[in-house]
Amino acid sequence: MTKFFDLSRKTLIQFALIAYGFTVVYPVFLMIISSFKTTRELFKSPFAMPKSWSMHNYIEAWNRGNFSSYFGNSLFVTLTALLIVLVVGSLAAYPLGRYAFKGKSWLMMYFLAGLMLPIRLGILPLFFLMRSLHLLNTPWSLIAIYVASGIPFTIFVLANFFETLPKELEEAARIDGAGDFRIFWQIMLPLIRPALATVAIFNFIPWWNDFFFPLIFIRAEKYKTLPLGLFSFFGEHQNNWALLFSGLTITALPLLIVYLLASKQIIKGLTSGALK
Amino acid sequence: MADVILENVYKRFGDFTAVEDFNLHINNEEFMVFVGPSGCGKTTTLRMIAGLEDISQGNIKIGDRVVNDVPPKDRDIAMVFQNYALYPHMSVYQNMSFGLRLRKTPKDEIDKRVKEAAAILQIEELLDRRPRELSGGQRQRVALGRAIVRKPKVFLMDEPLSNLDAKLRVEMRAQISKLHQSLGVTTIYVTHDQVEAMTMGTRIVVMKDGLIQQVDSPINLYDKPVNKFVGGFMGSPAMNFLTGTVKDGILTSEHFSVTPDAALKEKLKPYNGKKVFVGVRPEDLFLVGETEIPEENHSVKSIVEVVEPLGAETVIIASVGSDQIVARLDPHAQVKAGDKVTLIADPEKVQAFDLDSETNIRFT
Repeated sequence: MTKFFDLSRKTLIQFALIAYGFTVVYPVFLMIISSFKTTRELFKSPFAMPKSWSMHNYIEAWNRGNFSSYFGNSLFVTLTALLIVLVVGSLAAYPLGRYAFKGKSWLMMYFLAGLMLPIRLGILPLFFLMRSLHLLNTPWSLIAIYVASGIPFTIFVLANFFETLPKELEEAARIDGAGDFRIFWQIMLPLIRPALATVAIFNFIPWWNDFFFPLIFIRAEKYKTLPLGLFSFFGEHQNNWALLFSGLTITALPLLIVYLLASKQIIKGLTSGALK
Repeated sequence: MADVILENVYKRFGDFTAVEDFNLHINNEEFMVFVGPSGCGKTTTLRMIAGLEDISQGNIKIGDRVVNDVPPKDRDIAMVFQNYALYPHMSVYQNMSFGLRLRKTPKDEIDKRVKEAAAILQIEELLDRRPRELSGGQRQRVALGRAIVRKPKVFLMDEPLSNLDAKLRVEMRAQISKLHQSLGVTTIYVTHDQVEAMTMGTRIVVMKDGLIQQVDSPINLYDKPVNKFVGGFMGSPAMNFLTGTVKDGILTSEHFSVTPDAALKEKLKPYNGKKVFVGVRPEDLFLVGETEIPEENHSVKSIVEVVEPLGAETVIIASVGSDQIVARLDPHAQVKAGDKVTLIADPEKVQAFDLDSETNIRFT
């Protein structure tokens, strides 16, 4: 009797999981197959497989739809911000995680306070700030905001990871002749690669998808990022659905790639065993 | 190759004194062991010699150089840690060559030294592996190799065998001793295990609560402990302690009457009528009939509680009044739990310790 209940329980769970997976994956699937159809085809048979797999939507979005520009801008802004946040964040997190000094807890609190502040509340003063810095309508306004908003979380995660690294490792390196920076760069930083990957994903995704700040800070067409580009795509082109879907797919693709790459690192880090 | 000299070294953490007035001259090529219970200050002292801890007071010299303010990398020392401290993301080869690479040693010299050390430690096939692919014993040998390639003046070892299983510990003990014999480098070795201390050290420093108790060769520490702590710490099973009253040179109590040799009898004269600690090692207690020492005034009356036949000897745990003693007897001794047994104490091996200062009365 219990075996029957076990079996039916398992089947129920599997069914629930498959159903949930379906609701998540199906819209993405739909988006991808729609990107290969013409607009007319979309209206005629929205759920059928595309008649042909031609890339003409993608090519048109890329060239006429200016997607090459939007993509490049998004890439530039996000990668630059990511690089700066990782460099600055890890350099700050290292002493916070491993050294003891006066005022350390105050400094830590100062950085963590940033986690609690919803940065969008400050949009008005931020706008004025960017204007007086002459950064409005340039990618650097976005990079500055993203770096500032990403630092608290980055420092929080990295400092904690740095703290877990054994002190003997540092001491052995010191006796071997390494100075503080070399210990940071050659010994400690490589050992927190999973943490760096985690922080990279957690920052990359919201920045790539961000619509709010580009909307407010960017006016010029040549600096628009993908989400903004997609939006103007809506209005200007009278909802050219086919192009829209290809635009969305282009937007989603790097996220998938980043996620796959980074999650490999994370899993590797989790399974490589204890640091001894 | 160098002497290591510690002069009036103190280490304080706020109000707490971890190491107090530590004076020691370690000779070139010596294998000096710091031994003592947890918290006695042995590791702190080692770390001060390494430069990983600041010195609160005093001087440390390596060779002729005062190294108080010299950073660890310039002291020409190499250290082996209890949990190996190997760089996890580097191969064994890279681990061993890291220090040399930092010192800009030429590549072929690095290669030569790493391969030499690997050969001595028999880890040549492991050079391309990562630490996580190695067993505990292999990791420890890599840690040793990392120290050897540096060709330092002094080796410092902080309980390197504590994380290994018993069998491996015995193997590695012998290997480290052999290494010391062939390389001849001054070595300072910290352990809490008195067996390691006895078997490996040319001299041993016994520490307790931050203070040096005694510095001597293993056998001298064993035969001539300067106080009750050293007597009870060195040797396994440990020295037995009973409390007795001195009556005309004979140590007595309700359950025993033991006569020490003439030398100790002389020293006991000022203690007549007073209580003292009586110390006698398990191997210096005999059954009646196993020794030529007469029973009269040399006996301890006890009741056997546990008999442990070990094959090479039989160890008994017996009660003497409210105290417990251990005796190592002939393997075929006919004793069983519950027996009332009279043990004879060898007068030349009996120790007596002052009740308050716990110093060995023989050396007063």
